[in-house]
Amino acid sequence: MPLKLADAIPETGGEGREFLWNLNFGPQHPATHTTLRLILTLEGEVVVHAVPDIGYLHSGFEKLGEHLDFNQYVTIVDRMNYISPVSNEISWHHTVEKLFEIELTPRCKYIRTIFAELMRIHDHLLCCGAAALDLGAFTAFLYAFTLREKINDICERASGQRFHPSYTRVGGLLKDVDDHWIAQVRDFVRSFPKTHAEVMKLLQRNRIFVDRCRGIGVLSREEAINRSVTGPIARASGVTRDLRKDEPYLAYGDLDFKVVCATEGDCYSRFLVRMEEMVESNRLIHQAVENIPCGPINVDVETKIPLPNQLSVYRSIEGLIQHFELNMTNRKWNAPVEEVYAATESPNGELGFYIVSDGSGVAYRARTRPPSFIHFSLFPHLIVGHQLSDVPAILGSINIIAAELDR
Amino acid sequence: MNFQELQEQVKNQFSQVEVRFSSFRNNNRADVSAGDVFSFLEFLQNKMGFDMLVDLSAGDYSQYPGAKHRYGVWYALLNTVAGTRLIVRTGVDDPDPRLASVFSFWKGADWMEREVYDMFGIEFDGHPDLRRVLLPDEFSGFPLRKDYPLRGLGERHNFQPVIRSEG
Repeated sequence: MPLKLADAIPETGGEGREFLWNLNFGPQHPATHTTLRLILTLEGEVVVHAVPDIGYLHSGFEKLGEHLDFNQYVTIVDRMNYISPVSNEISWHHTVEKLFEIELTPRCKYIRTIFAELMRIHDHLLCCGAAALDLGAFTAFLYAFTLREKINDICERASGQRFHPSYTRVGGLLKDVDDHWIAQVRDFVRSFPKTHAEVMKLLQRNRIFVDRCRGIGVLSREEAINRSVTGPIARASGVTRDLRKDEPYLAYGDLDFKVVCATEGDCYSRFLVRMEEMVESNRLIHQAVENIPCGPINVDVETKIPLPNQLSVYRSIEGLIQHFELNMTNRKWNAPVEEVYAATESPNGELGFYIVSDGSGVAYRARTRPPSFIHFSLFPHLIVGHQLSDVPAILGSINIIAAELDR
Repeated sequence: MNFQELQEQVKNQFSQVEVRFSSFRNNNRADVSAGDVFSFLEFLQNKMGFDMLVDLSAGDYSQYPGAKHRYGVWYALLNTVAGTRLIVRTGVDDPDPRLASVFSFWKGADWMEREVYDMFGIEFDGHPDLRRVLLPDEFSGFPLRKDYPLRGLGERHNFQPVIRSEG
């Protein structure tokens, strides 16, 4: 039988506990940014126990994944981690392509790499900016937010959508990028170091920010591994793992970049790791955009996997038939009857999908391994012993996106 | 340690249990029965160095071609030193789907097991705090089971409004 939520909260009062009181933090609170709720038990201002209560944004994404086909579901994964949408799309289609055993074209790999890294900067800028905002440093947030506009413009140019581009497709992309897009990316690469320097200047030696971050929410290396932590949070604790290096996918094998790590494991080192990762991402974008190969963006249309382009649908019978085959609900793809797990390094950590396929064009079970969900289970462990004012610092540093947390 | 060596090691050091290995698209998998999965995972964590539980989830295989059990549960493991992965799969059945909790090996299993309980109703013995994680406590169905319809069982329409004086 399920326990009641009340059972998880220790009784206030009683022998030696008469000073404890409960505080309901959220679900509507400026520091949570989205809807999540914490029930904190405090002794004065020190948190002695925390119970997260989540599910306010649960909308059954995984159930929808069992009813939408491999291309349609991309619009749903977009909305999981909505501050790095293309990373989710890449991860989803990475898994689908692993199921079909498709090797992407070089051009598609490079464009996806550029998008993945743009999204990493997009996510980290918001995370670092919002973490600073919660700790009282408003200016850094505005600088960070301004640059994100450029990334939204780049998404808009490529796909027509600013926030949820739904840009990837099975075996390729929605459409090719043009010269103006390349110019926009180059412009972004040039303007990024200035913003980065400004944010760093405002925060790195900011006495209030540093004092409120250093030594707060320390996560040791062993704890990080044992609690399934990945991504920048694990790297800030000294776990030297990055899927881009360890299991190279897309074009990461060709490009030169460093994996940023720290050993402290506190909120400040998580901030520094994210800031340095953005510099590496910018280097990656620079290398990739100057070396985009020419050629098609979709895999060979003869494989019956990608959608044919518009011209061939209207002007050739083969294109028309294939378009029809892939879009009719009773046809679609012939997937192998198998199960596959694949993961990519999303800005928040390892974002994996586990697809169980029953041979149709719709996943039988589409499991997401959401990094936010796993990282938020850390929170009670990180906050205990710290003060109430450290709650926003820790929440900001673990970058919880409630849509991904609840799916 | 590659997959061949792992198979050898398991065969030599863990012979009391039948483990079926398979591989698909670089995913290495090991299937064990529900009764043996706990001791097998303990062996993998202690002796084989699989120190991270990357993912733990389940699926309802009731309409899946050739499925032997109603629910399949998978544990995606990672050895962070060697970088090797292994997916351990097992199956449980109605009317009382339950498994032993692996919270004592990997603390990361905490919320993942709660989510599986929440979505499929599979109970984990030995879990310290097994209650629903995403859905409210008073919810009665298990939404990711295949017999649960996409549009729900009317929870949305019959939802009781919470009144401030009672809340």
